Amino acid sequence: MSTSLSGPEPAMQAPGREPVRSGLPRTSRTARNHAPITATGLVVKVVLLGLVAGIAIWVAFPLIEAKMWVGLAILLATTAGLFYLYLTPRHIPVKYLVPGTLLLIAFQVFPVLYTASTAFTNFADGHRGSKDDAVVAIQSSSVKQVAGSAEYALSIATKGDPTSGPLVFLVTDPKTRAVSAGDGEGLRPLDAGSVSVAPGGKVTAADGYTVLNFGQASVRSKEIIDLVVPTPGGALRSNGLSRAYEGRAIRAYDTGCDCIKDSETGKTWTADEADGSFVAADGERLTQGWKVNVGLQNFSRVLTDPNISGPFFGTLVWNFAFAIGSTGLTFLLGMAIALALHSPRMRGTNLYRVLLILPYAMPSFAMLLVWRDMFNTDFGLVNNLFGLGVDWFGEAWSARIAVLLVQLWLGYPYMFLVATGALQAIPRELTEATSVDGASPWASFKAVTLPLLLVALSPLLIASFAYNFNNINAIWLTTEGGPFPADNPTNGATDLLITYTYRLAFGAQGAQFGMAAAISIFIFAIVATVSAISFRRTRKQEEVYS
Amino acid sequence: MTTYADAPVANRNATGRRRNRWFAQVGWRHLVGVLAVVFSLFPILFVLSAALNPLGTLSSTELLPTGASFENFTNLFEKTAFAHWFVNSLLIAGTAAIVSIFLSSLAAYAFSRMRFAGRRFGLLTLLLIQMFPQFLAIVAIFLIFTTVTDLWPSIGFNTPWGLFLLYMGGALGVNTWLMKGFFDTLPRELDESATMDGATHAQVFFRIMLPLVAPILAVTALLSFIGTINEFMIANVFLTNTNSKTLAVGMFGLVAGERNNNFGMFAAGTLLTAIPTVLVFQLLQRYIVSGLTAGAVKG
Repeated sequence: MSTSLSGPEPAMQAPGREPVRSGLPRTSRTARNHAPITATGLVVKVVLLGLVAGIAIWVAFPLIEAKMWVGLAILLATTAGLFYLYLTPRHIPVKYLVPGTLLLIAFQVFPVLYTASTAFTNFADGHRGSKDDAVVAIQSSSVKQVAGSAEYALSIATKGDPTSGPLVFLVTDPKTRAVSAGDGEGLRPLDAGSVSVAPGGKVTAADGYTVLNFGQASVRSKEIIDLVVPTPGGALRSNGLSRAYEGRAIRAYDTGCDCIKDSETGKTWTADEADGSFVAADGERLTQGWKVNVGLQNFSRVLTDPNISGPFFGTLVWNFAFAIGSTGLTFLLGMAIALALHSPRMRGTNLYRVLLILPYAMPSFAMLLVWRDMFNTDFGLVNNLFGLGVDWFGEAWSARIAVLLVQLWLGYPYMFLVATGALQAIPRELTEATSVDGASPWASFKAVTLPLLLVALSPLLIASFAYNFNNINAIWLTTEGGPFPADNPTNGATDLLITYTYRLAFGAQGAQFGMAAAISIFIFAIVATVSAISFRRTRKQEEVYS
Repeated sequence: MTTYADAPVANRNATGRRRNRWFAQVGWRHLVGVLAVVFSLFPILFVLSAALNPLGTLSSTELLPTGASFENFTNLFEKTAFAHWFVNSLLIAGTAAIVSIFLSSLAAYAFSRMRFAGRRFGLLTLLLIQMFPQFLAIVAIFLIFTTVTDLWPSIGFNTPWGLFLLYMGGALGVNTWLMKGFFDTLPRELDESATMDGATHAQVFFRIMLPLVAPILAVTALLSFIGTINEFMIANVFLTNTNSKTLAVGMFGLVAGERNNNFGMFAAGTLLTAIPTVLVFQLLQRYIVSGLTAGAVKG
């Protein structure tokens, strides 16, 4: 299987001990004459580069169609770079690093940077798009039916699945009988030849659209009521499922004062560029705002706003307790059992081991859900077995204990395995020597075994801590962060920072992407600091760089 | 007469003492082992009991099986898209495990055997990126893939390939350090002598280094496979069509609404999901211990 990624390579240039800047040209030139050009290597290289070219072409067409020239430029540069890299005999380390790095940049680094940049904005529900989008939304949502509004015959259609596809209004002008299709973007006239219109003016079929029947439409009536099609004079809204009217916008944007004016009440809302919303003199804000940079405001709110900082610090403390508790308890139990089974006179240790590691091999997502149901108050196994009536997930402390117990069950086999491995690596002479010297088993464990175990396992304990610090599955699949205090449905007793962030970003309270991103950055800083300190203390770093 | 009567007593005392000593040295270890096994097994026994329970509800399930019916299993395949979920999970997790191990071993080879400008920086950056869970960027990922779905529907939402690519973003961060550790333990003389004999760097990698770390690669791949199978949160945002769901997303949906009634089906699904991993786990057990002590972390 000689899959030479780089084909004809000067042999001397391979895994180099020589300093990077030493006289490479001389050695390469002499070596190139003897370079083994493996046939398989060449074939594999041609095939792989052909694949790259094929993928690049496949990716390019939609980009050209969508006129995304920046994307196309990046694609061209990447492809050209790949061809250069794998055809030149130079830059050998890069050849090995590039495949993973490209994916890393596209699907990890880029999203992370994007997230970091939203932390400095007010990106949230009501602050999603540009100011122009906000103005359009305000105007069209203020549309009211006034005397003399034009009425249209309406059919509801979609281009996708009738139950979930984006909705389109097909409307027929009562005077001209011209048919148009309208969605949130505006109204487009349709070719008269591509639609069939019933005598009453209702569209019954249109090319490229699926017209919803009455049953399908009534299921989605809420979406239909909310759909507003902006038109030059105001907007189209539905009136029932078969009629639409063109109403007049009560509120309009005035460029002169950079404000929104209500023509009925005369009230004005002036644009506040720092906040991304329209504010009236009495402090009332319109719900539709736009996305602006707010600098460090999100970060300072996390630290100073009592409504946010209280839950934040409470969650932070529990988050540490959870991560340390999960790691510590599993380690203690795993180590204790490993010590108990680690004896030359023990028989059947293999059988114990096979049975003990079963929880580790079971799918954890499913077992978390099983545990959730075992803690069920009414018909859960835990209450049934012990004859209890505890509402486990209803009280803060019992929920925390339950979550830690689940973590203990899931995690201790792992600690048992690694502790067994580490114990077997400790020379028996060491512990025997201490017992000959008259030390009690406990003293010999404390003086010899435990320190050696900790040296071997501390990198794993740190990794386990970092993993559990953000163990979203453990919480989301059991308590979902609850129980929640009556006055704050966004932050529960077992919430970790990461589940709290998730609820902020996607929760029912309305999305707060900017705030969620700011908390993400806090999480990252905390985990990075803790890991950096502990890695430094174990001094593993030094060795690894050698 | 007295001697006759005393003998069994003395004998009994001696056995008692011997038994005590046996308990002090070995017996208590068995006691701990048995208790631990009970703790490990009772939830699994409960799952087994629920899966065989003909009524299939949570409330009617007890710790020990009360019946033996395969109704839950047949229901699982007839009433849900379990077969689809199973295939999706195996496909995504299997491909992700193999490709991510391959990509990170490529990178680890460069970091372990070559010296180049930016090497230390690259290693540190990987360590740092790894600490930022991909899930925290879910909003950005969601927005990015909304565009991707518009442009290239075949790698967008609800496709295994989109999710696979997303998982591959984290491939380097998780395993490169671990792999580098494995490669560092191989003596340099091996690849140096091969280079002397005229092997290219690619031949050194594929023919010498990779085969030598093969067992440990298998363990890392297995752990990565299990980690991906258990990934729920990103997949939950990504896959919404019934037929494109993975096991974690699909089975979560099964007990999300009908918690009590679907529990038997859910338990049956859990057992079916567990069978392949448990088998491989027991087969690879010997290697797993050494792989774990070298620093592998199960996701």
